[in-house]
Amino acid sequence: MEDELVTLTDSQKRARRSRSIAIGLALFALVVIFYIATIAKFGPAILDRAM
Amino acid sequence: MALVDKSVFDDAGRRMSEATAGDYLELLKPRVMSLVVFTAFVGLVAAPATINPVLAMIAILAIAIGAGASGALNMWYDADIDAVMSRTRARPIPSGRVLPGEALAFGLILSVLSVMTLGVLVNWLSATLLAFTIFFYAVIYTMWLKRSTPQNIVIGGAAGAIPPVIGWAAATGNVSLESVILFLIIFLWTPPHFWALALFKSGEYGRAGIPMMPNVAGSLSTRRQMLAYAVLTAACGVAPWALGYTTAGYGLVAAALGVGFVHYSWKVLQMPDGDEVMKPAKSLFAYSLLYLFGIFAAYLADAMVQRILPLGGV
Repeated sequence: MEDELVTLTDSQKRARRSRSIAIGLALFALVVIFYIATIAKFGPAILDRAM
Repeated sequence: MALVDKSVFDDAGRRMSEATAGDYLELLKPRVMSLVVFTAFVGLVAAPATINPVLAMIAILAIAIGAGASGALNMWYDADIDAVMSRTRARPIPSGRVLPGEALAFGLILSVLSVMTLGVLVNWLSATLLAFTIFFYAVIYTMWLKRSTPQNIVIGGAAGAIPPVIGWAAATGNVSLESVILFLIIFLWTPPHFWALALFKSGEYGRAGIPMMPNVAGSLSTRRQMLAYAVLTAACGVAPWALGYTTAGYGLVAAALGVGFVHYSWKVLQMPDGDEVMKPAKSLFAYSLLYLFGIFAAYLADAMVQRILPLGGV
């Protein structure tokens, strides 16, 4: 197996940046969605905790 | 710079992806997705149950992503025929912007993610229906029916008709007669809608080797069947009023839209055999989109009016 470094063209760099930003935003959105959904599913019971 | 394995990519410099986020978005078929979102939303809101608004939004998002995932799987499998049709030639895979394997992985990941999200956060009935829809569209329709029978879009239309049932199931946890009628409206609407397109694109479908009804049974037989389906669609459209769970206002709108649908289908039947322009078929195609949007908008408005004003049926 032989590895080598490849120089990306400008359009490949732009495309990669576009994909990276989209993946980042999608992951962030997933975190927010599951966080808010967890609170929504708990409802008022989220405030019930043993003191 | 990027590290690549030369045993995998001999021409790695050329194979590095130039696909942008927009190309991946295009794989989700946003226009089809918008219709899915709208019909699923109507099913969810019209259902006789209240769902947490946050969970409702998540349900719609999951259904949209699931529909998009099936679109990506469809584009992955159909890249060969997309390349020979002018309508689909510029799609991300035939145009070379996205590699088939990338589209397949994208579709599979989004399928699993959307179904699991709907199941974990909403309920497993709606998630099962979504999984079935993706499977039905990607495997039963795309891989099997589309290239093998002129009934492809008739049976395959079931996949596009399920979203309001998923929305209903997300809100209520069950499937009822009302949601099945919403399913039937879209299911029966699909043949006249698609065959109108297939009539004026029959040359392209023929070149691509897709056995659409006009190419197999001929134009006249297709136009007769379209009229029959249009009549059934119009009848099904007024069924919610006839069964007494919507107001007369909905019934009137549904009847008017249905008369229009039958009228445009009748015009298509009257179309001369040698008609190259096929203006009636194009008009029916455009009207069919208006019909589906109109009838679901009327159903939504009716459900909201009945909920806001405690009048029951008028």
